[in-house]
Amino acid sequence: MSVQPQMPKSWRSETKPHKFCPGCGHPLILKALGEVIDELNIADRTVFGCDIGCSLLAWDFFNVDTIQTHHGRTTPVIVGLRRANENVIGIAYMGDGGGYAIGSQHLVNSAARDEKVFVLLANNTQYGMTGGQMAPTTLPGQKTETSPYGRDTELTGPPVQGPEMVAAISGENAYVARGTVGNVRQLKKFIKKAIQNVMEGRGFAFVEALSLCPTNWRTNAEDTWKFVEKDMATYFKVGEIKVPGEKKEG
Amino acid sequence: MTKPIEGEKKVFMTGNEVVAWAALAAGAEIMYGYPITPQNEIMHYWTRMAPKYGRKFLQTEDEISAGFTCTGGVLAGKRAFTATAGPGNTLMQEPMSMAEMMRIPTVLIVCQRGGPSTATVIYSQQETTMTCYGGNGEGFRIVYSTATHQELFDYTIKAFNTAWKYRFPTFVLGDGYQSKMRESLSIYDPEARNIEMVRAEPYVVKGGVPGENRDPAHLRNTYNMEEELYEVIMDHAREYEKIAPEIIEYEEYECDDADVLLVAHGVVSRAAKGAVKELRQDGKKVGHFKPVTLRPFPEKELLERAKAAKQVIVIESAYGQLDKLVKSHLYGCSTPIAQYFRPGEGITIEEVVQETKKYL
Amino acid sequence: MAKGVKIALAGEGGQGVQSVAMILTEAAYAMGKEALYIPNFGVEQRGGVSVAFVQIDDEKIGSPKFKTADIVVALSDRAVRRTTMYCDQETLFFYDDNIEDVEEDLPKNSKKVVALPAIKVAKEELHPRVFNVVVMGAVIGATGVVTEEKAKEALESKLGYKFEQNPELREMNFKALQRGMEIVKEVM
Ligand SMILES: Cc1ncc(C[n+]2csc(CCOP(=O)(O)OP(=O)(O)O)c2C)c(N)n1
Ligand code: SF4
Repeated sequence: MSVQPQMPKSWRSETKPHKFCPGCGHPLILKALGEVIDELNIADRTVFGCDIGCSLLAWDFFNVDTIQTHHGRTTPVIVGLRRANENVIGIAYMGDGGGYAIGSQHLVNSAARDEKVFVLLANNTQYGMTGGQMAPTTLPGQKTETSPYGRDTELTGPPVQGPEMVAAISGENAYVARGTVGNVRQLKKFIKKAIQNVMEGRGFAFVEALSLCPTNWRTNAEDTWKFVEKDMATYFKVGEIKVPGEKKEG
Repeated sequence: MTKPIEGEKKVFMTGNEVVAWAALAAGAEIMYGYPITPQNEIMHYWTRMAPKYGRKFLQTEDEISAGFTCTGGVLAGKRAFTATAGPGNTLMQEPMSMAEMMRIPTVLIVCQRGGPSTATVIYSQQETTMTCYGGNGEGFRIVYSTATHQELFDYTIKAFNTAWKYRFPTFVLGDGYQSKMRESLSIYDPEARNIEMVRAEPYVVKGGVPGENRDPAHLRNTYNMEEELYEVIMDHAREYEKIAPEIIEYEEYECDDADVLLVAHGVVSRAAKGAVKELRQDGKKVGHFKPVTLRPFPEKELLERAKAAKQVIVIESAYGQLDKLVKSHLYGCSTPIAQYFRPGEGITIEEVVQETKKYL
Repeated sequence: MAKGVKIALAGEGGQGVQSVAMILTEAAYAMGKEALYIPNFGVEQRGGVSVAFVQIDDEKIGSPKFKTADIVVALSDRAVRRTTMYCDQETLFFYDDNIEDVEEDLPKNSKKVVALPAIKVAKEELHPRVFNVVVMGAVIGATGVVTEEKAKEALESKLGYKFEQNPELREMNFKALQRGMEIVKEVM
């Protein structure tokens, strides 16, 4: 294939084309991440952890040491690794189900302990891998396989505000932001600052990326982008939420 | 409100759909769950149908929570259930261990998938040991292993009754094949078959004023002294052993004069049965014994058949989980026991025929 | 049909092999036969080959999956490569004659390998969309597992709501079924 020049160096060409669905948001996030790994030249000391969820499809995605863990357990595996080897740049990559539902205790407690790891979370408003069930981030009224009549916030609460929650419980040296695949340049900037935060041993870092799941949203290209840029943006505010000793952007 | 099923009818559907219908027919009032393949469609069907019959659903943040919320539903006096698979079943073991200790009649449908860890989302019989003996307990549980959609329907209904009658956590052990395949069966309103549903009763908030006209409920799972715990566990053990003969179920196929006895449970017993049919046509003396309850295990019945045979073969889609059960119950029997293990993989009639021929 | 029939259908996502399996088994069930259908599923299904395992019999069906099939139908190059493992000397192997560069990959050991002009017939005579119904017709023609009438009823119950809106669709589907049954007779 001749699309090679666009591929970050840290991407493993042997495993491309990747295994995500056409139009998926995961590869866009992983491209931003790959470029940051290139720019900071840290492939040799990065450990990429992927969750169970569609992120598991990235288990052989990078030319970077990678660990596929259990659903929701990527954060503690990477935390344990970083505690045992401080030279490691630990990245835990997961979906909204993995981070805000089953793994929420790990996210909360790692942030509270100010672990020096970077948690990167793809928010696609539902459980992608298992076929589109309701997630903590599902929008009010949104139909999913387990909210077939639309999410009823009376019964299931409002969409979880992940970065805001992490910002509220983490120390002042944490970096917290929400980006979107609708603005990859900005997302990349957030990822870079997050990685620098853990590289310099300053504190916890968390970035949520608003992502795309045309397969389970059952949307065409146009509606897919409309959903992330209009519907999701109504509930999830894009921008930096916590920046150690700096002015926020966005 | 109308009944989910009037009388009886023949249908052609997937196993996950069967479970949802059975739970509705059994009068289950609330399901708690967390997504996992191959269990998902139980929740999908339930969330579509349940509101029409005034039943409820809660999607929790994980299986630890699905299991514990389910115990809460039961303590409130509702026929409550949950369903899971694989790594979800692993997490379920904590709440199920509390249910075992506190005699909480939860119903859990297990759709076994490949293991250990995340493994495959497809199929296996590798959750046999965990479903029978998971958690830090003694396995005081009731486990039905089903082989057909008809059994899946029958035993899902029965699970609610067994659980509430005997007050031990009850499990229906299915698998990914059963979840996803379509075949025919009859679904029915239990009443149409004169099946009476055992009443569910609250453990707490039973009416009256605690301390005034009734004793308060003080439910616990922690004991101060070894002797206290010992008494509690021995009580459970005596009770469990006493009721076991009433609960035990098994199926025998051509066992009467069998020299070679094939032991298999769940969906694998279909292959064993098919193999016996084929080998019998060639005049081979082969029979099949299928334990339907894995806990309690039909020990006496298997022992009798095994003693009369010249060879036992244990066949399973796991690496020795049924084999362990069988051996522990065949203590003292001198008939040789052979194994055919395909961990995480389906087993066909052809394979069983071929394997059995080695011993004929 | 004295003995049961085992059929493996494989194609790309969107080619409709699962619908064919579903309609075929519903028709068999409606005829009072035993039918069992199970799709393959895994964590990478979305990009993978879709396989449907179908069994139809007069007696109760044994294990849900099988090692070798009586009939294999492969509708894409990847499906051909994926399904040769289900072939033995008894297997009738069908593939669409529109698939290119698979000569090397066709099964060497099967009873017969037959190229079906299903895509061509659908495209030229009917509509590409009913391609899978042509395939279903071919399977029925080759095996006689269900009658044409029951197949039509099963199509009706699956797609009836669409037929209501557009009666021409009904005609087209029924025609596709018939043509499938015919072409298989021609090429065998
Ligand atoms: C303990 C446990 N429970 C459930 C599952 C099943 N499971 C696999 S992926 C997944 C959810 C995926 O959703 P999300 O984390 O939002 O990621 P996405 O696929 O949307 O990227 C679930 C529930 C599992 N693997 N382990
Ligand atoms: S299911 Fe959704 S999140 Fe998963 S790979 Fe497909 S598009 Fe991406």
